[in-house]
Amino acid sequence: MTAEADAFSGAGPAPDLAAATPQDGRRRWHFAAAVAAGLVGLPVLAIAWTALFPSENIWPHLASTVLPGYVATTLLLMLGVGVGTFAIGTGTAWLVAMCRFPGQRLFGWALLLPLAMPAYLIAYVYTDLLDFAGPVQRLLRDVFGWSTRRDYWFPEIRSLGGATVMLTLVLYPYVYALARASFLEQSICVLEVSRTLGRSVWRALLDVALPLARPAIAVGVTLALMECLNDFGTVDFFAVRTLTAGVFDVWLRMGNAGGAAQIALVMLGFVILLIWAERRSRTRQRFHHTSSKLRPIEGLRLAGAKAWAATAVCALPVLLGFVLPAAVLAKYALFSSTAEWTPAFFRHALNSLGLSAAAATVAVMLATLLAYAARQRAGGIVRAAIRLASVGYAIPGAVLAIGVLIPFAAFDNAVDAFMRRSLGLSTGLLLSGTVAILVFAYTVRFLAVSLGAVEAGLGRVTPSMEMAARTLGHSPSATLRRLHLPMIRGSLLTGALLVFVDTMKELPATLVLRPFNFDTLATFVYQYASDERLEACAPAALAIVAAGILPVLLLARSVGQSRPGAKRGIDRPISAPSPNSN
Amino acid sequence: MSRTLGGALLGTAMVVATLSCGALPAAADGEVNVYSLRQPFLIEPLLKAFTEKTGIKTNVVFAKDGVVERMKAEGANSPADIILTVDIGRLNDAVEAGVVQPVKSPTLNANIPESFRDPEGHWYALTQRARLIYTSKERVKPGEITSYEELADPKWKGRICTRSGKHDYNVALLAAMIAHHGEAKAEEWLKGVKANLARKPKGGDRDQVKAVSEGECDVALGNNYYYGAMLKNPEQKAWAESVNLVFPTIGGTKGTHVNVSGIAMSKSAPNRDNALKLMEFLSGDQAQEIYASADFEYPVNPQVKWSPVVESWGRFTPDDLALSAIAELRSTAVKVVDRVGYDG
Repeated sequence: MTAEADAFSGAGPAPDLAAATPQDGRRRWHFAAAVAAGLVGLPVLAIAWTALFPSENIWPHLASTVLPGYVATTLLLMLGVGVGTFAIGTGTAWLVAMCRFPGQRLFGWALLLPLAMPAYLIAYVYTDLLDFAGPVQRLLRDVFGWSTRRDYWFPEIRSLGGATVMLTLVLYPYVYALARASFLEQSICVLEVSRTLGRSVWRALLDVALPLARPAIAVGVTLALMECLNDFGTVDFFAVRTLTAGVFDVWLRMGNAGGAAQIALVMLGFVILLIWAERRSRTRQRFHHTSSKLRPIEGLRLAGAKAWAATAVCALPVLLGFVLPAAVLAKYALFSSTAEWTPAFFRHALNSLGLSAAAATVAVMLATLLAYAARQRAGGIVRAAIRLASVGYAIPGAVLAIGVLIPFAAFDNAVDAFMRRSLGLSTGLLLSGTVAILVFAYTVRFLAVSLGAVEAGLGRVTPSMEMAARTLGHSPSATLRRLHLPMIRGSLLTGALLVFVDTMKELPATLVLRPFNFDTLATFVYQYASDERLEACAPAALAIVAAGILPVLLLARSVGQSRPGAKRGIDRPISAPSPNSN
Repeated sequence: MSRTLGGALLGTAMVVATLSCGALPAAADGEVNVYSLRQPFLIEPLLKAFTEKTGIKTNVVFAKDGVVERMKAEGANSPADIILTVDIGRLNDAVEAGVVQPVKSPTLNANIPESFRDPEGHWYALTQRARLIYTSKERVKPGEITSYEELADPKWKGRICTRSGKHDYNVALLAAMIAHHGEAKAEEWLKGVKANLARKPKGGDRDQVKAVSEGECDVALGNNYYYGAMLKNPEQKAWAESVNLVFPTIGGTKGTHVNVSGIAMSKSAPNRDNALKLMEFLSGDQAQEIYASADFEYPVNPQVKWSPVVESWGRFTPDDLALSAIAELRSTAVKVVDRVGYDG
């Protein structure tokens, strides 16, 4: 029997915690959560503050010129990426979780690999491959004897459609990871009952599994859409004029930071509306599994053409989203004469890894605090603060960076002024321009990711278990430590790994906020890629991807193990509750 | 397992925190802190030469967007001594945000002609770059196009490529057109150019030359130094070799539209003396020659010879329009781009 199972079955409350009354414990959690959420929400509030002081009212000009186009483009991009990530993520998750076909085990983890590929890199690589001078069109010209672009039609990669495909390819793993975990956690009984009642495999997906997995899938698609809104690198490179482009025009070209903040807030409002609508539409749906039948899923054995079709469906996203772009980068890195292999490279890699680890740790701890506090019958204010804290993900990184700077620098300057007055010595900027501000910025940016994972995990702990623990005299803290944490371990790991990979790829906020003489792999890649020299930075680009692979593999393992009864559960007595199931 | 993972993460975090402490800025003697909007590999040779000559260490943060906002937020305690940037508009932003201080120096005044510095000394230009027309060697005869105005001529229909109309370089060119012809005429001109575009504006200046070499268009707009950079890059050499350079005129008789890269001193500058030394060094012979030979830009210091490569592209007359006029009209120019729907 494992330690956490021991902890769970050993019912006696810890003596030091028994004294605290439950009510006090709750209040403390609410207070801590409100403070933490408020801190993380500060940058968004700072942006809102900036929005109050535009240098001129930008809306009449925008509304009469480019705004309708920006809005339409943004909506189309979100629609395309939303549908694309949902279809690929959910479809492949279902195949891998419920069917048996050639390569199924391999795809279980390989489908997550595109997560390691930054969107801006895949955009650069596909442009090199598919534009006029690229190998694909060159081959076509050679075969058919065309010479100029006017002789034939070829889809333009740098377009709205191209951006939709690029973003879909790297963002679907969010949906895939969460959907697959959710499918695996569903008790086989529910599905078997539905099959017994005459549902086909696909009807079982539509009628039973999908509604059960809906919260998880919704989180995945929401993350993908928010990423879509904050992306600037890809859409800028593809000359797709979204609202994000509008933010940068107004800020940098018209020198109107206030006006830019207003556009960013409108985008944010849009996201909040989206999340609210989705949550509202399922307020009265709540599922907790009540059976803990731990038999492994048999899986529908696919045969013949069907099996190979399933293999193809799963292979395509992996090939296009990971294998092909990684191969192109590897080719540049190894064979291009301009590729830069410098010793500085390892320092950048170390910076990236350390920052990512720190951000992952902080983001998951914070997410656990917030999500758990919200469960302790939190009031409207605490809940609102938590929502505010998690919307940073939808704000373009460079804009968010400014939002982070304003309160940090204000704090630093206030401390400095106080010290000068009282002690006559200057402390300068304590936090701004250090790695601390970077870790904070990443936390603000990616809290939505870890919060989504933790909330999904906590959702699976039935209230009745929690009530039992509390009735037995555990304080909220003790309940968290002895009941929830062991049960949601997998979700915590998932959240941490997602934040880790996201931080590895983060670029715009890092550029603005970093200390002197400090590079991460992403900033190192950017300085060359922005100069149209992808070959030169291919080794570093490859390193970003490579560093992302290990966490992705760990992630795949943690998702695979969320299956009740999978592996560990088999040799465990049925009565012992397995983590993540109930 | 969760505990070991957490421990591992925390451990890594601490290691990095320790490591990166070495990278923290220090206000100690013998340093100068640079916020740069220019790519590190462009300015590294210059800063290296500076350190070799003076023994002063340079610390650099490179970021394209948000540098001025960072300085604004950091306020009086900002560690920045120097801001290095391209485009007169960005220099002007820094002045208007109140994050730079005026500098007076006989050396700077001797090295940099009056038209290339702010009358009050808020900023100094270091290099000059010309916005050129690149034409296909195969499909455009020499002399067929000699001015920016001709880009709107219907005879180029479907033959022109440019980057986004919102990019700093094109905004500055349009601002110059507005200064010479007035807003209404400049808008007409931009409409004409848009009608002649072979494709939606996208990519950087080099992408446009690439498109000419691939036959997608015949005429492209681009800054001069990209030509040198392409010739130096084995993968891009063929693009540059497929085009001719044209130094166009503006406003009938005026010369070629030019922009600058420049330098300003931060208002908070903790290492003021060193910052001034760096400014003077960058305007001096040695640095100006590096700018010309390594980055293919035109030195602002009239005593410095152009590099042979840059010289081989030919001499030209720059438009004598005041840089401040371009900076002032930038916001107007962006709105014209929006009204024309240039990027749409």
